[in-house]
Amino acid sequence: MSNKIITVDKLAKRYLVGHNTQTNSYQSLRETLVKHGRGLVRKTLDMARGRQIIQGDEVEEFWALKNVSFEVERGEVLGIIGRNGAGKSTLLKVLSRITELTEGRIELNGRVASLLEVGTGFHPELSGRENIFLNGAILGMKRSEIEAKFDEIVDFAEVEKFLDTPVKRYSSGMYVRLAFAVAAHLEPDILIIDEVLAVGDVVFQKKCLGKMKSVAKSGRTALFVSHNMQTVTGLTDRAILLDAGRVVANGPPTEVVEQYLSNQAVGDAVYEQTYDQDSNQPQITRVEVCTSNPNNLHQFGKPMTVAIEVTTPDKVSNSAISFQIMTSSHQPVVHVLNLDSEVPMLRTPGLHRLVCTFPSLRLYPGHYYLRFHFGASEPRRVFDGLDEVCPFEVTQLEELRDFYWYPDNGIYVEEVEWNSESK
Amino acid sequence: MKTILEPGRAEKNYWQDLWRYRDLFLVLAGRDISVRYKQTVIGVAWALIRPFLTMVVFTVIFGRVAKLPSEGAAPYALMVFAGMLPWHFFSTALSEASNSLVANANLVSKVYFPRLIVPSATVVVAFVDFLISFVILIVMMIYYQYAPGLEILLLPLFVGVAFLASLGPGLWITSLNVKYRDFRYVIPFLLQFGLYVSPVGFSSSVVPEKWQLLYSLNPMVGVIDGFRWCILGGDSALNWNTLGMSLAVTTFFLWLGIRQFRKMERTFADLL
Repeated sequence: MSNKIITVDKLAKRYLVGHNTQTNSYQSLRETLVKHGRGLVRKTLDMARGRQIIQGDEVEEFWALKNVSFEVERGEVLGIIGRNGAGKSTLLKVLSRITELTEGRIELNGRVASLLEVGTGFHPELSGRENIFLNGAILGMKRSEIEAKFDEIVDFAEVEKFLDTPVKRYSSGMYVRLAFAVAAHLEPDILIIDEVLAVGDVVFQKKCLGKMKSVAKSGRTALFVSHNMQTVTGLTDRAILLDAGRVVANGPPTEVVEQYLSNQAVGDAVYEQTYDQDSNQPQITRVEVCTSNPNNLHQFGKPMTVAIEVTTPDKVSNSAISFQIMTSSHQPVVHVLNLDSEVPMLRTPGLHRLVCTFPSLRLYPGHYYLRFHFGASEPRRVFDGLDEVCPFEVTQLEELRDFYWYPDNGIYVEEVEWNSESK
Repeated sequence: MKTILEPGRAEKNYWQDLWRYRDLFLVLAGRDISVRYKQTVIGVAWALIRPFLTMVVFTVIFGRVAKLPSEGAAPYALMVFAGMLPWHFFSTALSEASNSLVANANLVSKVYFPRLIVPSATVVVAFVDFLISFVILIVMMIYYQYAPGLEILLLPLFVGVAFLASLGPGLWITSLNVKYRDFRYVIPFLLQFGLYVSPVGFSSSVVPEKWQLLYSLNPMVGVIDGFRWCILGGDSALNWNTLGMSLAVTTFFLWLGIRQFRKMERTFADLL
């Protein structure tokens, strides 16, 4: 028996997209009639030929997936990543037999259960109890299975008190917990999950991740779409990267994730402004953040430099330059300062370059930007300031200490030493 | 368990899948039934009130005002109700089935299951209504002190035919409705029209001989006549020609419906 549980060979999926021709200028009645007439003829012919009827003046072919080929072994957890619109959900739909492929061939050697949306089939008028049976049946569980696991499911969802109230009265958190609880107790050969972990609060997400891990450990095959790179590297054995419907990478998760992240176009690491001659003041003319990886990505713990170029018409005494590293929620987490008395700077007119080096930047993974302040300490003056420049992202792709890296756990990692003694 | 997916390949496991998903069929039917009367005050009583009131209206109009003859010695009201039962079942089943796919769009586009389950489950819901209305029939028979003949044992057979008669066109229309939403407007009109062309308010015996063949193209003619024959016994005559014609039409529509549905099934998720 082959060990390949899924084989996808040259899969392609095509959709037909309609366009309405836009005319900004005045359109004569004759033109409008001709346009509508042509559309009517096309639609009638399509109907007669049994083809899909597309609204609009022109019809274009859109290939959501093209020439996709890959294999999945029994017991493997495959991660599927890509930008929005890359074709991930379409791929899952085709594998789940919800929509038909246009070209290619797929071989499935086991029972498939898909979780493409949380709470599929939940009916708002029915109670939580009734919905467990409904949702379970929809996902392919037999009634006996659901009955056997009923208590576990209710336990996982923590909705015991509200089990007999109609689901429309549930809070969004309860709703999502219940939906995931049912799906989490599925036991198919192949489990396909589409970004459903993107909902719910922190505690819930931790629970889901824990459950996903046990699924992975129990030797079941799973296909997993996510935008959370941490979970992709931590949970999956292999990953594929989709871009515009094609597979552009297929290999170990860390490699594929790095390729995905480096392909992303992000804000500029460099901020420049031309020196204003008329002001006759010292000005910051250029700032640059140099991260360890390209495209403003920084691997946790690696050294990082910030380069500041200042243009001054005259020498400045007692100059002071500082900057703050701000989180995406505008909280300052690091404040760094240099005074002229510490490292001499700006003692001559002209262009100066100041470089600040972090030997090891141990900020928690997340998005950050910089805010600069430039002035003098004695007498106190402010020359220039820059805010919301040099965005960069700290990532931790090299190790996964379970939930240690969760954003809410901390802001940065201090260097410590542990000692253990038995007394 | 091996499944191969290729463009255009007919699903060989389909009928096996249907059996495997029978739990889902019951669950969907159960869901529709329990949701129906949630938060209503009268609840299930609505299933009794509607056919009852229609019967009253028809008896007055066709029996008293138009003075159409009843069948044999049976009271007019009973004759009307015996025809109302299957028609009501057919009409509910057909209108619900025709819209079933669009109504369950979220399910169809997110989960795999043999789609044939969706319209079939709606027909079951109509059947439950039918059973409830049957209670009224029993009450009426007691009231008129009208005892049925042995023919009543054949009633389940005709119920089965009514089921198939509604499933056929239901499947055909629901699959077409996904692609061309116009059909949503066709159904209510068709059913209203059908109510007067079917022997609900009147007996088949009033239809002139030359129109009989055309008249029996309506599949419900055979079903309703059959119902009347079962319930009213010797008082109602069963015309075997019209019955045969109706059965043929029912079979044809069933074949057409299933064929159309299976052909279009692959595209449902894309069109809904």
